[in-house]
Amino acid sequence: MPVQLTAHTGRVVPLRRSDVDTDQIIPAEFCKELTKTGYAKGLFAHWRARGGFVLDDPARAGASILVAGRNFGTGSSREHAVWALRDWGFAAVVAVDYGDIFLRNALKNGLLAVALDEGSVAELADRAEADPAFELTVDLEGREVRAPGFRRSFRIDDRARWLLLNGLDDIAVTLGRDDRIRAYEQARPDWLPVVGR
Amino acid sequence: MTTLVDKVWDSHVVDHRDEDDLLYVDLHLMHEATSPQAFDGLRLAGRAVRRPDLTLAVEDHNVPTTSLLVTDPRGRAQLERLRANCAAHGIELLRLGDARQGIVHVVAPELGLVQPGMSVVCGDSHTSTLGAFGALAFGTGTSDVEHVLATQTIALRRPRTMAVEFTGERPPDVTAKDLALAFITAIGANGAHGHVLEYRGDAVTGLSMEGRMTLCNMTIEAGARAGLVAPDETTFAYLAGRPHAPRGEVWERALARWRTLPTDSPTFDRTVTVDVAGLTPFVTWGTNPGQSVPLDGRVPDPTAFADPSARAAGTRALAYMGLEPGVRMRELDIDTVFVGSCTNGRLEDLRAAADVLRGRTVASSVRMLVVPGSSDVRQRAEAEGLDEVFVRAGAQWRLSGCSMCLGMNPDRLHGSERVASTSNRNYEGRQGDRARTHLVSPAVAAATAVAGRLAAPSEL
Ligand code: SF4
Repeated sequence: MPVQLTAHTGRVVPLRRSDVDTDQIIPAEFCKELTKTGYAKGLFAHWRARGGFVLDDPARAGASILVAGRNFGTGSSREHAVWALRDWGFAAVVAVDYGDIFLRNALKNGLLAVALDEGSVAELADRAEADPAFELTVDLEGREVRAPGFRRSFRIDDRARWLLLNGLDDIAVTLGRDDRIRAYEQARPDWLPVVGR
Repeated sequence: MTTLVDKVWDSHVVDHRDEDDLLYVDLHLMHEATSPQAFDGLRLAGRAVRRPDLTLAVEDHNVPTTSLLVTDPRGRAQLERLRANCAAHGIELLRLGDARQGIVHVVAPELGLVQPGMSVVCGDSHTSTLGAFGALAFGTGTSDVEHVLATQTIALRRPRTMAVEFTGERPPDVTAKDLALAFITAIGANGAHGHVLEYRGDAVTGLSMEGRMTLCNMTIEAGARAGLVAPDETTFAYLAGRPHAPRGEVWERALARWRTLPTDSPTFDRTVTVDVAGLTPFVTWGTNPGQSVPLDGRVPDPTAFADPSARAAGTRALAYMGLEPGVRMRELDIDTVFVGSCTNGRLEDLRAAADVLRGRTVASSVRMLVVPGSSDVRQRAEAEGLDEVFVRAGAQWRLSGCSMCLGMNPDRLHGSERVASTSNRNYEGRQGDRARTHLVSPAVAAATAVAGRLAAPSEL
């Protein structure tokens, strides 16, 4: 279902790790469901089971922005990773960069995944670690991340931003170009395979 | 005059909007684990599947490999849901027990469904495997699966292109898996981010289609979206006569088009060169595929890494893997050996493992699983007597599926077992909660099973 968003403000969970893959975000055994919700218990399940994980720090309860390192969400295409973050209560992620598929999945579900340079991300993690009450705003409309004394603009896929700001249904938008799809289909080469024939 | 990637991309553009191209999808593959929510989305919006005739579903992630009986209720629910969805929308499904069933990325090429110049999408990151045919093949999440089901298109920004040139002659014991690990280690686990790769050079064109699939399979582990190999006589010979390959006059016309696809003007945004002449078999020491060393090497000391982020990641990885810097890789004792997956579960891979095991025995301390990538691979391997080689050596000969590649079906590791695995991901917990994975080629996996520690066939 389409989501409409302009900005989100919330407290931060600092996760100082790079290359956090989607198998960490949600292990495969939690992906055996048929729904898009109900994944909070699987979020970082292996790390949480070992105890002392930042997500379970009582001071972080209710925090809604995850600050991570480089290459967040690399690996498996499982959209369950995004559903689990969302189910836990995350509305935004700020990281240095992302696995391609994760980033697409996040924005398609209205999880505001934005990228800042390494120094800025480290500064946010420092401040959040020092002060659990530290609040951050991720402003999709203004394309910037803000906190007291902190203001950085981020780049984001224009199409994803436009869909989110307007609460548009991606598929409906594409189906609006059905004439072009039909025209393309008619010109496809005849040797291309057809399944089941 | 342009690159293979650009040619394939351009020929699929349905429409442009701003920076995005709407690309037509020639083949949409799916499996049970990432599709149920997409069908739900269609149902909620009252939408149909636009081209069931360009869609193929396979059961692979949840399937057991010891019998056809799915005892896990949640796994069974996903399989049953896929069956119901395919029946409702007229989509062909290769069910558990079907002679064509197997891992989706292994099955589609066997059927001749992946051809040069095509666009292929699947809700699975290792769809990149199919780039071996000179097809633009990439993985997506479930929202994109729904988008493709409804529209047979996907909206994407044109990626940058990267040439990966493998120069020099490939030593005989260096496999496609070693090329992949060496490349990812050289460039880093996200080093090819934002790019579509073209693998080039004699060491690549000298690979069989199976080897090219292994190489392209690992593309996603370098952070790239897709990786292609230009189609050539090896590609055409593989395709000829496959069930879905064109025939007769149509084949000739297709072939004429396929011959125009290779890059004729190497205008890549970036070029990375890997010299293969001096390579030896590779093995991972850490928890991503970019953390690997030659099998002859030692566990590195991450505190010596210049980059702070790599230092932290390396230190964490060693703690998870239970390793100390300086330890020789060959001294690491292994509990389980897994030969299989969409990376190395094809017939050539099983032959390579069997060649090492013939006349030898798996060490008593080792459990070895050999899991064919498809039912067809299994049947062909049995026709050659490979199953007997494995069983006589003391390995378990299984039914096809994703198996121990990911902890989703009954084939999981227990505790902090150490495994030599021919799959593609050595992530923390990928093969079981605390499992310690070392990625290797099939020949090294087999030698390791015999030695009980990481070993090359030349040592036996
Ligand atoms: S074998 Fe492994 S990587 Fe390949 S499709 Fe199955 S789970 Fe994914």
